[in-house]
Amino acid sequence: MGLLHIPKVLAGQGDHPALAQPVLSEAFAETAWDAAVLGFVLASLPAGQRPVLWVQDRLSRKETGGPSLAGMRMTRPLIMVSLSRAADLLWAMEEGLRCQALGAVIGEVWGDPAALDFTATKRLALRSEAAAVPCWLIRRAASPNLSAARDRWRIGALPSAPHPHDAQAPGAPRWALELFRSRRSKPGQWVATYDRATDRVDLVAAAGDGPLDAGDGPARQRAAG
Amino acid sequence: MDRQGNAPPDDVPFVLARAAQHGPVVHAANRTARLEGVMPGSRVVDMRAICPDLQVAYADQAGDRAALDRLVLWARRWCPWSVRDGEDGIILDTTGSDHLLGGEAAMLVEMETQLSLLGLTSQLAVAPTWGAAWALARFGPVRAICGADQVAVKLGALPVTGLRLDAATVLLLRRLGLKTIGALIDVPRLSLTRRFAKAALAANPVLRLDQALGSLAEPVSSVDAAPRFVVQSRLPEPIFDPTPYLPALCADLCDLLHQAGQGCRRLHLTVYRTDGDVSHVDVAMSAPSRDPVHLHSLFRDKVAQINPGFGFDLITLAAGDLARMQNIQNDLEGGSDDDLQLAQLLDRLAARFGDRAVARPILRASHIPERAEARLPALATPPAVMPAPASERPIRLLAPPEEIRVLYAVPEGPPAQFQWRRQVHRVARYAGPERIAPEWWKDRPGTRLRDYFKIEDQAGRRLWLYREGLHADGRGGDPRWFVHGMFA
Repeated sequence: MGLLHIPKVLAGQGDHPALAQPVLSEAFAETAWDAAVLGFVLASLPAGQRPVLWVQDRLSRKETGGPSLAGMRMTRPLIMVSLSRAADLLWAMEEGLRCQALGAVIGEVWGDPAALDFTATKRLALRSEAAAVPCWLIRRAASPNLSAARDRWRIGALPSAPHPHDAQAPGAPRWALELFRSRRSKPGQWVATYDRATDRVDLVAAAGDGPLDAGDGPARQRAAG
Repeated sequence: MDRQGNAPPDDVPFVLARAAQHGPVVHAANRTARLEGVMPGSRVVDMRAICPDLQVAYADQAGDRAALDRLVLWARRWCPWSVRDGEDGIILDTTGSDHLLGGEAAMLVEMETQLSLLGLTSQLAVAPTWGAAWALARFGPVRAICGADQVAVKLGALPVTGLRLDAATVLLLRRLGLKTIGALIDVPRLSLTRRFAKAALAANPVLRLDQALGSLAEPVSSVDAAPRFVVQSRLPEPIFDPTPYLPALCADLCDLLHQAGQGCRRLHLTVYRTDGDVSHVDVAMSAPSRDPVHLHSLFRDKVAQINPGFGFDLITLAAGDLARMQNIQNDLEGGSDDDLQLAQLLDRLAARFGDRAVARPILRASHIPERAEARLPALATPPAVMPAPASERPIRLLAPPEEIRVLYAVPEGPPAQFQWRRQVHRVARYAGPERIAPEWWKDRPGTRLRDYFKIEDQAGRRLWLYREGLHADGRGGDPRWFVHGMFA
């Protein structure tokens, strides 16, 4: 028998240190077109009515479409900026982080543009902390290169929770979160369940079999025992 | 029309028409048309029957009014006090200024000459009251001059139409046999007052008569020209780059605006080149502003658009779209104004990337998913209330929807297996269908309905599929399947 991790429920998002303070975070999508990463980013924005600046480059828009207000159910105003060059996108995000009236700044970048280097992310991180505005970089079809982001997540979709009334239908969405680099908290893996009614994310430590000890016997014996 | 040099010749009957309830009516007619029997106010089709070779063009009433407003300011050369009178007149208060032009008769000749140099025909009159001047200019002799003691005499011979009454009252007076203003003056005042006691000013001959004869005051309230806020800097020798001069220009302009209590939403930077050409750069703002640092920052990326040619030696900066602006302090410590910061951010983004790159999405009332969202330009003001979506919608919408290849169709529900973007997806769970019918008032005939399914594939990724049309709905061949969005 493998070792089963006891599920550890983190009550609400506020307790998790990575989600409480406004910093620059990066979120990598496991599948480029998947929207799980957006769901997590939107759910972890601080509550309030301040507007959100959303900067998107051309390829992200073409490949994954634009954010849909009806689906995000956001009551706060949204300011969309559609650009084609990564350098312009970083400039717009920096300008946004200068403005303390914003609730958050979200940038979507496709691939690994040369302009998005360590210096650029460091500028964003410092500005985000100075203005106390959370900033998210959503990276698609990208490799986790050198970056000054305080938290770096890798986010994918998981089969959803059972629907309470319909066994056929997908229920509350579940996401596989992996915090693979963080300045302030311990990296780890979680399974997040999003409750749409209360707009709340529950993190459960990922359950999995532990590593096997050496000399535990061949597979057939383990199955029998 | 005169300015463009394509005015119709005088011997052709020509009318200007305006839209009315039962088709176009004649707004104005030239002399030839009037001689043929065309009456302003009658229907164009009737007048065509009277005069078969009648030529018709549509009148530009708003343009006429704006031109007349400009003419009011232009007429300040003769006297300091002028105002537009209705749709076709100007009132000048020439008290004390006629002797500068050599007396009233010489003044009228001078006015007629200057107006004819502009290509305008005019009918002029001088009278002690507004009403008398109105009547004499329209129904009196050419360049009539009326002294203070002859008003009743001069007006007496004119028709009652000269009293600025509405058509119904003129008709009533005609039926009563009162055809001239003199006849109306002769009627005992008591009986006239009893008859028209409760009538409004435009339908009240007693009040109008008092105004024309001067026993009821009717002052001229003159309009002021809108102030222009322009600063300029003259340079000793031609230069190619205006950047070093912009901060001082912006500061000067903001000083002017501050003194007048105004803010501007548009800035026009003009450079006058040594070869006589002119080059412009315009910037726009989302909220009125008079902050020199902010205004200067908007030009940072725009000055490259100026074509300097062989250099320029005069730069002007003008403010447009003026609006009143008070200094508002919204907290006791005099801290930052959130709205102002946001407006300035929008200005900077729109000035750098253009107005089309920056948008504010808003929700609209529509069942078709791609029509439920509209994009307002960044500088527009969003509406206060937005409609709420009825049911669950995906967080992302593909524009346009992408067609998928069905590998394994089932009779009900979404396909069990399909190929999208060269990858095979197997449907593990699904919810639906949600049927969305085309909007018949907007869509082309033959648009097919859509059945939407929320599906989850083998890896847990959630997509929004739809089938366009039904089998045998008579609107094209087999229904096709599309991916329209992604759920979180």
